[in-house]
Amino acid sequence: MTENIAVKADRLYKAFGRRPNEMVKKLAAGAGRSEVASLGTAAVIDASFEVKRGEIFVVMGLSGSGKSTLIRMLNGLLEATSGTVTVAGRPITGIPARQLRDVRRQSISMVFQHFALLPHRTVIDNVAYGLEVQGVAREERLERARTIIRLVGLDGWADSLPSELSGGMQQRVGLGRALAADTDVLLMDEAFSALDPLIRREMQEQLIELQAELGKTIIFITHDLNEAMFLGDRIAVMRDGRIVQIGTPEDILTDPANDYVAQFVQDVDRARVLTASSVMEPVRSVVTITAGPRAALRTMRDLQTSATFVVNRDRTFAGVVRDRDVLRLVKAGETDLRGIIRDTATAVTPDTALVDLVEPSVESDLPIAVIDEKKRLVGVIPRVTLLAAIGNVSTTTGELPVVEPAATISVSLITETLRETALEGAQL
Amino acid sequence: MNDFRIPLGTWADGFIDYITDTFGFLFDVIRAVFDGAFEAVDFLLVSPPFWVIIVIAAALAYSTRGWKFAVGSIVGLLLIVGVDQWENAMDTLALVLVASLLAIVISVPLGILAAKSSAASSIIRPVLDFMQTMPAFVYLIPALILFRVGVVPGIVATIIFALAPGVRLTELGIRGVDKEVVEAGQAFGASPWRILRQIQLPLAMPTIMAGINQVIMLSLSMVVIAGMVGAGGLGAQVVASLNRIDVALGFEAGLAVVILAIFLDRLTAALGTGDTPLGRLLGARKRARQQVLAA
Repeated sequence: MTENIAVKADRLYKAFGRRPNEMVKKLAAGAGRSEVASLGTAAVIDASFEVKRGEIFVVMGLSGSGKSTLIRMLNGLLEATSGTVTVAGRPITGIPARQLRDVRRQSISMVFQHFALLPHRTVIDNVAYGLEVQGVAREERLERARTIIRLVGLDGWADSLPSELSGGMQQRVGLGRALAADTDVLLMDEAFSALDPLIRREMQEQLIELQAELGKTIIFITHDLNEAMFLGDRIAVMRDGRIVQIGTPEDILTDPANDYVAQFVQDVDRARVLTASSVMEPVRSVVTITAGPRAALRTMRDLQTSATFVVNRDRTFAGVVRDRDVLRLVKAGETDLRGIIRDTATAVTPDTALVDLVEPSVESDLPIAVIDEKKRLVGVIPRVTLLAAIGNVSTTTGELPVVEPAATISVSLITETLRETALEGAQL
Repeated sequence: MNDFRIPLGTWADGFIDYITDTFGFLFDVIRAVFDGAFEAVDFLLVSPPFWVIIVIAAALAYSTRGWKFAVGSIVGLLLIVGVDQWENAMDTLALVLVASLLAIVISVPLGILAAKSSAASSIIRPVLDFMQTMPAFVYLIPALILFRVGVVPGIVATIIFALAPGVRLTELGIRGVDKEVVEAGQAFGASPWRILRQIQLPLAMPTIMAGINQVIMLSLSMVVIAGMVGAGGLGAQVVASLNRIDVALGFEAGLAVVILAIFLDRLTAALGTGDTPLGRLLGARKRARQQVLAA
């Protein structure tokens, strides 16, 4: 169990002031940040969390919320006043400086907000810095640094000085330096905050790619909620030194722990965070392919819709049939739906972001089908649902469940047809 | 009431007596070492013909700032030769070099200590204030007692007088290094010594060099005063001209001091920026070599 935990923080406190221990005692007894303000600053109060191996864990909070202090306790740059930090199973609180340096060399590296490159060294020497500190021989570390430089997209800049690079490129060097050190855990302190928005987006995407490729555990600090939502597998929201909620981006968006978090997330670009699985509705209008056209027609009549989804016997998605086609089939006495199944319906995976559903939703009047990795139909997203989710409006206000598309053939005509054909087939 | 007086001066006198009696041998050793260092440097500067020194100075000037400074140096130094103060100027230069070197060797580590430890800083700071504001002549008295007349009391008084800016600017420079860059060193597991060597000292170098520049300038102004205790050189000439109200000698010796000062100031200031013709050449070569290695 502990093998899956890369970093663990347990009841961490950090107080700045003359008598930090006294402050921690008061805070632990339930005092607020303002109540101990006369003694000093309580930067971090009772922070506990576990970061899994290979996870991107985002700590989000406004300035002064204690997030920078928190991240600095994770590699011992700041000593915790109380509580423990465990990195890769090794406790790093209260150990001698020499051992702490070993942990930093082997297990945990860091990317800084203002890059913190060594200005008098070339890009390649900066990237190789961690390896140099680890005592790797010059030839080998330059070789490894060259690989990393290629990885972060700085080919051809190896011998430049940091001052010759743009901000985004400088942070690539910073990222490269941390990656080259080849530690499991990467701490990123507001790493993209100093970059302009376009570059920031590009770096975020690149970080996710790199993480998928290298499988690093990343602890990312940011004040930008959209960034947190985009990057984070899980997010810890901090306020006034305390962690107020830990959860997946969707948890935080759909189920905020308190008004503060709710207020915070109201401006988030929901369409980019919410996924198909979190808004999809149960499939009502569906028939199994073997049930035949009469069953399909009946389903459509009952739900007053003009189309229904068709699934195979193992619930895998087959397509969609329209009422007119089915009616014709029934009148002709055919029993096989296969000939009229259309593949016009859009099928998406459950983790598709809502922003990617808008276009298919505009192009077709059919609900979007959500299918899992085994191609089974797990849910549908009608237009109304999509709109409601993006606009953060509840869909349960109506009396009837949303069914799209609306019926185009009158109920009586369908009933009539079914009755007429019933004599030839089995029972109604 | 009129008879009341704190005998501070008497105590200071007693303290110096005590030191002389107890550590006399130590001061003899220091005296021998400083004297030897001065004689060696002085020999190097005085024994070759004057034009050899001028050529070396011009070469240094060219490599740090370019040809304009080189031409200026040649003209200035020839002027010193022209007013027949060459040997005195070289004596003074030797004195300045030895005193500055020792002052730097003492002040830079002290500055590093002060930057690393706030406790050390709070002790060193008032001591520096004391040393800097005490009239320079006062140092000459105990120096004279401890080291007897000659070059050594001059060097010692000069060191004490010139120490302060070296310590202060070193501390300032190291404390001024971007905190995040130092954190980066720590975050990658570098030892304090490695951080000092690879991050703090290189980044603080311009400020430290400004401190060293000030040390040299203060040394030069103090050596003239040191002429009063028999340190020789241009200082002795100035003192002599003062005694004889000899305007001509005073002007010539004074001008020689000014020329030396300008030369040393411009030279060390250029080293401080690191942007010298020689530096650029070396940098370009280093990079070219790395590119060859990379290819």
